Amino acid sequence: MSLDQIVDGLSEVSCDVLVIGGGTAGPMAALKAKLKNPKANVVLLEKANVKRSGAISMGMDGLNNAVIPGYATPEQYTKEITIANDGIVDQKAVYKYAQNCFGIIEELDSFGIRFLKNENGDYAVKKVHHIGTYVLPMPNGETVKKALYRQLRRARILISNRYMATRLLKSADGRIAGAVSVNTRTAEMLVIKAKAVILCMGAAGRLGLPTSGYMFGTYENAANSGDGYAMAYHAGAALANLECFQINPLIKDYNGPACAYVAGPFGAYTANNEGSRFIECDYWSGQMMLEFYNELLSGKGPVFLQLKHLHPDTISEIESTLHKVERPTRGLFQQGRGVDYRSESIEMHISEIGFCSGHSASGVFVDDNARTTVPGLYAAGDMASVPHNYMLGAFTNGAVAGIDAMEFADSHDFAKFDAADVAMERDRVMAPTKREDGIPPNQIEYKTRRLVNDYLQPPKVTRKYELGMRRLAEAREDMQERMIARNAHELLRALEVQSIMDCADMAAHASLYREESRWGLYHWRTDFPEKDNENWFCHTLLSKQNGKMTSEKRAVEPYVVPIADDEKDLYDKQRIRATA
Amino acid sequence: MPLASYQTSVPVVVDDAKCIADKGCTVCVDVCPLDVLRISDMTNKAYMAYDECWYCMPCEADCPTGAVTVNIPYLLR
Repeated sequence: MSLDQIVDGLSEVSCDVLVIGGGTAGPMAALKAKLKNPKANVVLLEKANVKRSGAISMGMDGLNNAVIPGYATPEQYTKEITIANDGIVDQKAVYKYAQNCFGIIEELDSFGIRFLKNENGDYAVKKVHHIGTYVLPMPNGETVKKALYRQLRRARILISNRYMATRLLKSADGRIAGAVSVNTRTAEMLVIKAKAVILCMGAAGRLGLPTSGYMFGTYENAANSGDGYAMAYHAGAALANLECFQINPLIKDYNGPACAYVAGPFGAYTANNEGSRFIECDYWSGQMMLEFYNELLSGKGPVFLQLKHLHPDTISEIESTLHKVERPTRGLFQQGRGVDYRSESIEMHISEIGFCSGHSASGVFVDDNARTTVPGLYAAGDMASVPHNYMLGAFTNGAVAGIDAMEFADSHDFAKFDAADVAMERDRVMAPTKREDGIPPNQIEYKTRRLVNDYLQPPKVTRKYELGMRRLAEAREDMQERMIARNAHELLRALEVQSIMDCADMAAHASLYREESRWGLYHWRTDFPEKDNENWFCHTLLSKQNGKMTSEKRAVEPYVVPIADDEKDLYDKQRIRATA
Repeated sequence: MPLASYQTSVPVVVDDAKCIADKGCTVCVDVCPLDVLRISDMTNKAYMAYDECWYCMPCEADCPTGAVTVNIPYLLR
């Protein structure tokens, strides 16, 4: 059989709770759903392989937002994230996370994942944020995925690897009914009926094009092509604050974190070409990114992560973390460049744009029970709207989603979907395989993402956006009418391009809707350079209404934890001021 | 429109002498998040079929015989 040969086929299975995405939030959601009702069927569907999928494919160096009794309180954390996210936060979900996350840490500990403790046996939490102390290193962080996998096997979760979900199915009355998926190696289609569905499909990380020009050299795991955002959109779910892009400070060209969260607590810092600090705090906020961007353009760049001033033993310790977990090829990269941390600083740059609530706030809108606006549909992790939630947020909110989804499944029967919807989706999915001649997905993807860089990345200029949207519409027409896929693997990429195109359109639409500047670099609109609390102190919700992309305002829920007026702009003062 | 093939030097290299794919091993192919590795019909050894690499390392870390090496893709080296 030739490579990835396309097989024609369609089958159907059913389960109580379907979890889509086996990275971080997904395994925890599946596990909690199953533990909630051990008799129920829980299916974990994954485009790659649950053993090594998602953002933490090679583990993680630590928790960036651990709210540990004795070091931080849920109130303090909720306040910090509210301020860091420029006030646009439904605090209930953040507060609930802050209350629940310590329990999840203890549970992860019971799975065999260790967290750094000091000589007294207390958690050795480090300070990286502007106000509070929440960073907890994980000494065996490379084992996270293995530890999770063991739990999934023990709980008898049904795992389906190499199936890419393409669209959600709903009943006539709008309730979730399941999902359509396609095998990434054979192109056979599988319909999964489910009473509840949890989307844990990660960030939209293949939206902008990295400056290296290598399409898969993205900050996010390149498998995270925004499929969850696109699926939620087409199912009619609301997506929140998509204009609050993710943009991160990374090792130049390598495009992975440098990583100030690891090295900062040891005394490393971000510096300009003069060796001077220019930001108050290395925590990734839009305000910090704006200063980073300004410094790069000011003539005082390049920007570096400075650690050569540290003791060689300290540098070795930092190195052993950076070159072992999360992105272990960092060591190989620096070696190739002849960079030794003991004598040379790490050149940094800013990443391509993406959607990711893990570090910013762009995600499918969810409440504090991880419910989307579609009954029976849940979302958690990088693709759900709880801001700045990182890995521990994915675990904690994944757990919330799993429990609530199983309760929903226990009290509902299967919703009925229209067979015509499946037939239509099959035609859409397979269309690129039916053409004899046309444009391969990699060219359409490159062009789309190049347009995203040229027209959509901040600073956001209205005229540029209008032009960009016209160019994207032309690329979309090519994608819909002329794209070809000659084997199942190419079909996987062809489907991903369609997610990327949808995300590009949503990024443009959402950005034009919010007529102010907010979140520092993430939503810097040159035509509306000021923050406008009077008109725009609100969420924006984007959704598909009568087949059309639509945006509307949604009020920020009353705060659970009040923020004093003199605290509101703490994150606006990121630039180090010259002292007399 | 006719299509041309586009040459790239791929980042993942497999040592055929160490690779045991011919004995039925598919570990590297199984774990790759981007699904870019395959077993060759000709040599029965693993190889990188698609240059779509996140240089993330599961293939190298999980290979039971140490046959797989992940290099940094040339464009960002």
